[in-house]
Amino acid sequence: MSAHPDERDAPWLDPKAQPYVRIENVTKKFGEFVAVNDVSLNIYRGEIFCLLGGSGSGKTTLLRMLAGFEQPTSGRIFIDGVPMEGVPPYERPVNMMFQSYALFPHMTVEQNVAFGLKQEGLPRAEIEERVAEMLSIVKLNGLEKRKPHQLSGGQRQRVALARSLVKRPKLLLLDEPLGALDKKLREHTQFELVNIQERLGVTFIVVTHDQEEAMTLATRIGLMDQGRIVQVGTPYEIYEFPNSRFVAEFIGNVNMFEGRLVEDEPDHVTIDSHDLGGTLYVGHGVSAAPDALVWAAIRPEKMVLSREEPPGQHNKASGIITEIAYMGDISIYIVELDSGKRVRVTQPNTHRHADDRFSWDERVWVSWSDSAAVVVTE
Amino acid sequence: MANPSYVSLGQRLISALEAVLAVIVSSYPYRASAGLLRRAGVTGRTLVIAIPTIWLLLFFLVPFLIVLKISFAETRWLGSPPYTPLFEWVEGQYLQIKLSFGNYLFLLRDSLYVQAFLSSLKVAFISTIFCLLIGYPMAYAIARASPSWRNTLLMLVILPFWTSFLLRVYAWIGLLSNQGVINQVLMSLGITREPIVMLQTDFAMYVGIVYSYLPFMILPLYANLEKHDPSLLEAAVDLGCRPFRAFLSITLPLSRPGIIAGSMLVFIPAVGEFVIPRLLGGTSSLMIGRVLWDEYFANRNWPVASAVAIALLLLLVVPIVIFQRMQARETFGAAR
Ligand SMILES: Nc1ncnc2c1ncn2[C@@H]1O[C@H](COP(=O)(O)OP(=O)(O)OP(=O)(O)O)[C@@H](O)[C@H]1O
Ligand SMILES: [Mg+2]
Repeated sequence: MSAHPDERDAPWLDPKAQPYVRIENVTKKFGEFVAVNDVSLNIYRGEIFCLLGGSGSGKTTLLRMLAGFEQPTSGRIFIDGVPMEGVPPYERPVNMMFQSYALFPHMTVEQNVAFGLKQEGLPRAEIEERVAEMLSIVKLNGLEKRKPHQLSGGQRQRVALARSLVKRPKLLLLDEPLGALDKKLREHTQFELVNIQERLGVTFIVVTHDQEEAMTLATRIGLMDQGRIVQVGTPYEIYEFPNSRFVAEFIGNVNMFEGRLVEDEPDHVTIDSHDLGGTLYVGHGVSAAPDALVWAAIRPEKMVLSREEPPGQHNKASGIITEIAYMGDISIYIVELDSGKRVRVTQPNTHRHADDRFSWDERVWVSWSDSAAVVVTE
Repeated sequence: MANPSYVSLGQRLISALEAVLAVIVSSYPYRASAGLLRRAGVTGRTLVIAIPTIWLLLFFLVPFLIVLKISFAETRWLGSPPYTPLFEWVEGQYLQIKLSFGNYLFLLRDSLYVQAFLSSLKVAFISTIFCLLIGYPMAYAIARASPSWRNTLLMLVILPFWTSFLLRVYAWIGLLSNQGVINQVLMSLGITREPIVMLQTDFAMYVGIVYSYLPFMILPLYANLEKHDPSLLEAAVDLGCRPFRAFLSITLPLSRPGIIAGSMLVFIPAVGEFVIPRLLGGTSSLMIGRVLWDEYFANRNWPVASAVAIALLLLLVVPIVIFQRMQARETFGAAR
């Protein structure tokens, strides 16, 4: 589902790397309301950085401050080392692709794309050449003379993309670029975006509230909640090592077991969980006081179903299957544990004729390995 | 950015209309007659189209035809009506139709009419330009004002309609005359010793026309500008366009329908305007509306007056129709 961090280079791990965008303690208030709360972020050249978060979490506001449409109430923004205070939008090396596309309705596709280049006062021949080149990159050849109202949603989106890319910005801000597209077109365009990004070497900051989209596109994800950045990391880190219940529950599905720390060693902890009706053994240390209230988060695909009781004394519980959803590649089982807690377990469908597939109302054991759970303290 | 608790004037009007309609629709007479009509095979759609059609037929087409008919008649100096009949039964057998184009030829031959037409067009054109120059910034400011201010400002634009048009024109006499407010202020400040003659000049006439027709320019412009998506301007600025150029290349072209609607609403009645030139303008201002009035009431020459009216109508309608067709082709013709 996600690229492993060492598959791409990772400038954020390099202490000598200069961030291309530096956001320092930026806060934005509208009256008394705090829309963006003390956000600090470093974004590096060539990244696709996804801002992910629920509705109203401040993603658009943060983007608009980068584009220069809003001024931070406090804090500073640097782009390529230059402080952006007092720099109007038309002088920033940034282009934005709007959530609503904001295509100029009275101009043709060609004129829309050429608009930004005309402002630079480039010679006409060069404008024409670059527009044609960009239109072929986004596969809009043949539609040059149409007006926005004569295009489909997907075509409009590509015009908006072409319009913001043709100026060859160093930084492209995309506000829910794929929001209006259907699932198929959306997936296709996601890969196209990554292709274009790699070809042109632009830094992307993409706002989305679709976690799957963030996982597919991002080099790193910044997860926002109520104006704050709650975690920054690669899709892999965010998915496998969430730092809070909020993050674990926001990304993908998760089973959350509440409990108290009973054993707290550097290399492992055990948790007594009433949710589970037993103890959890987790193979990593936790910085929390003994007897503290903690949560163990376990992804559905890291759990195993079996008819026989697994060996060992931790990390297992028995229950009854109450729901089964066959998804083709996997099946989803909802198991009601004896403690009353309902857990979600996914199992790959490796055999076509699975005579021994689990059935409704069957009593089963749910178990997982020592490394499956992540303990979060908040 | 839209404020959910904010309801625009238009939305309020619509909901009031909806409430009235709901009462009518649920009333017994409506339901009874609707049932009758349905049985007679009359659909709601027909009715909806029929009402304005009947209205236009009764109050526009019929009067127009009457005027058209008179314009082809000859003047009968004595008698009532003061023109010859168009259709006549000769010996009770033949229907005789007598069309006289003399009135139209007369309009062309007498330079008074051509001049009056031209000067009316000029006055209307200049007034329209001034209305546009004053009205556009006002409409723009109202459209950009905060929602709470917007209604107040709109009310101020519409407010003059609550008093009589004539009263408002007379008020300008009080302002502009030699002993009027403006001259008194100027003289008491010592700026001039002698009163500046403003009344009965072209200046006063333009002031009156621009003042009276300004709301007709502002309202359609406002209706257009208010709908503009602010993110278009942001997109333009984001693409490196300075704010004023963004206005010129985005807002201005997009407000063209509003400019056209407002200009027509000012230009068309201004061409035929005769009250304001008569009350505020000088005796030299020769407007077609005034000629029309004189022909009807002073000379009692109805056929010539009707011919003037028809010619005026054609002069205005033909360019408008051509223009609209061009507009339509531009909007839809490019579709493939
Ligand atoms: N101009 C403004 N005036 C007042 N409040 C605002 C303004 N712009 C945004 N807000 C508020 O700031 C908060 C964050 O808004 P923002 O548009 O950044 O959210 P978002 O994360 O982009 O949400 P979505 O996913 O729905 O687009 C919201 O509660 C919003 O109501
Ligand atoms: Mg948003």
